[in-house]
Amino acid sequence: MKNNNRYELNKELAQMLKGGVIMDVTTPEQAKIAEEAGACAVMALERIPADIRAAGGVSRMSDPKMIKGIQAAVSIPVMAKCRIGHFAEAQILQAIEIDYIDESEVLSPADDKLHINKRKFDVPFVCGAKDLGEALRRINEGASMIRTKGEPGTGDIVQAVRHMRMMNSAIRKIQSMDEDELYNEAKIMEVPFDLVLYVHENGRLPVVNFAAGGVATPADAALMMQLGAEGVFVGSGIFKSGNPAKRARAIVQAVTNYNDAKLLAELSEDLGEAMVGINEDEISLLMAERGK
Amino acid sequence: MRIGVLALQGAFIEHEKKILECGAETFEIRQRHDIERSFDGLILPGGESTVMGKLLRELELIDPIREYIKSGMGVMGTCAGLILLAEHISDDNTVHIGTMGITVKRNAYGRQLGSFCTNADFKDLGEIPMTFIRAPYIESTSRAEILSTVDKRAVAAREGKQLALAFHPELEEKPLIHEYFLNMI
Repeated sequence: MKNNNRYELNKELAQMLKGGVIMDVTTPEQAKIAEEAGACAVMALERIPADIRAAGGVSRMSDPKMIKGIQAAVSIPVMAKCRIGHFAEAQILQAIEIDYIDESEVLSPADDKLHINKRKFDVPFVCGAKDLGEALRRINEGASMIRTKGEPGTGDIVQAVRHMRMMNSAIRKIQSMDEDELYNEAKIMEVPFDLVLYVHENGRLPVVNFAAGGVATPADAALMMQLGAEGVFVGSGIFKSGNPAKRARAIVQAVTNYNDAKLLAELSEDLGEAMVGINEDEISLLMAERGK
Repeated sequence: MRIGVLALQGAFIEHEKKILECGAETFEIRQRHDIERSFDGLILPGGESTVMGKLLRELELIDPIREYIKSGMGVMGTCAGLILLAEHISDDNTVHIGTMGITVKRNAYGRQLGSFCTNADFKDLGEIPMTFIRAPYIESTSRAEILSTVDKRAVAAREGKQLALAFHPELEEKPLIHEYFLNMI
């Protein structure tokens, strides 16, 4: 008899999102534009990361009423963010039957040491990671999906690339290790041995891994897919651009046919203005440094 | 035997692995030129039906695929794939491929907290494991034969060489349904 294992079901929902684009939306209208453009899920939040960055101050979970408005507007899965370590916000999101919780460094952290014990929840969690150690620590806490942290709200892809490359190179290193060396590697990364063994044997994370943080163009999305991402989150990149619907459609198609440069060239034409963007050395707040 | 797997979005790799386990060949369909070759059957995987329906149209795949199925090619749709095959979607005017005489209800078990696993009888196979992820079910059939029900709701149906499932056989350990599909076509 197969058990009703919530964690397995939650990992499996992430599998269904693969090859898709998850878009940040702040209103039911934006959510509908995203769904019509081919988003496989939407992330409901009051302010997109670029505006959070501009506004400064403490950034918190969105108003549940606003999230429910978005849930009512679309038929695709709806995700929402809670602060790192803020398990009460996560309980509230679970109470309104959110499809996925993003315990996110985009919001102000509520706990400077601990992440949420996600194993206590029935709803799934996605967490950001800069490297393999962070990813496996989040998985050990109960995350059923991982995304690169990148640097949210910048429109700058450099950090997402760095995080994905670091993860890939650490995975390759562990794959080539002698089994005896894995115990020490587990100690260095501060993660349980069985997760390191899984990576050694399978050459991948035990959960789905998306790219996030700085994706602004179809080319950015194709770059991350070719680097091994299984799908893409686009935050500020769509609704901070000149023609959101057209850009969203182009990014969706770019994620499906990420290896076809000729098609990518067509998709990249006439998209209007991309979000302005800030370079990493021009910003004072590195969100990716929140929560390790 | 060579099976094309629609690879626009969703859990297509899982299906490819199961087909390989059964000893058949497989390839991915992402663009129109991918289906301009000879093959024996088609799989429409799980994922989001709105995404796949949209990409099927934009990439001009929907008409040729509909024609292949109408001319007798075997097809298996799982979860979102079942929605693509249905001639009616409940409370929705959208029709995607629409070759199968079934009416389906999307997100019929609610949100992710309503996702579940169970074991249930499947015609000719006996009891098999089934995983439902934000799943639809079959509300009624006009031509198709029902192969399995869970809690009195139809979750699998067949019409000629078309097989539609509300659950995800690609997530199970054994490729029982994939073998069934290969034998069926």
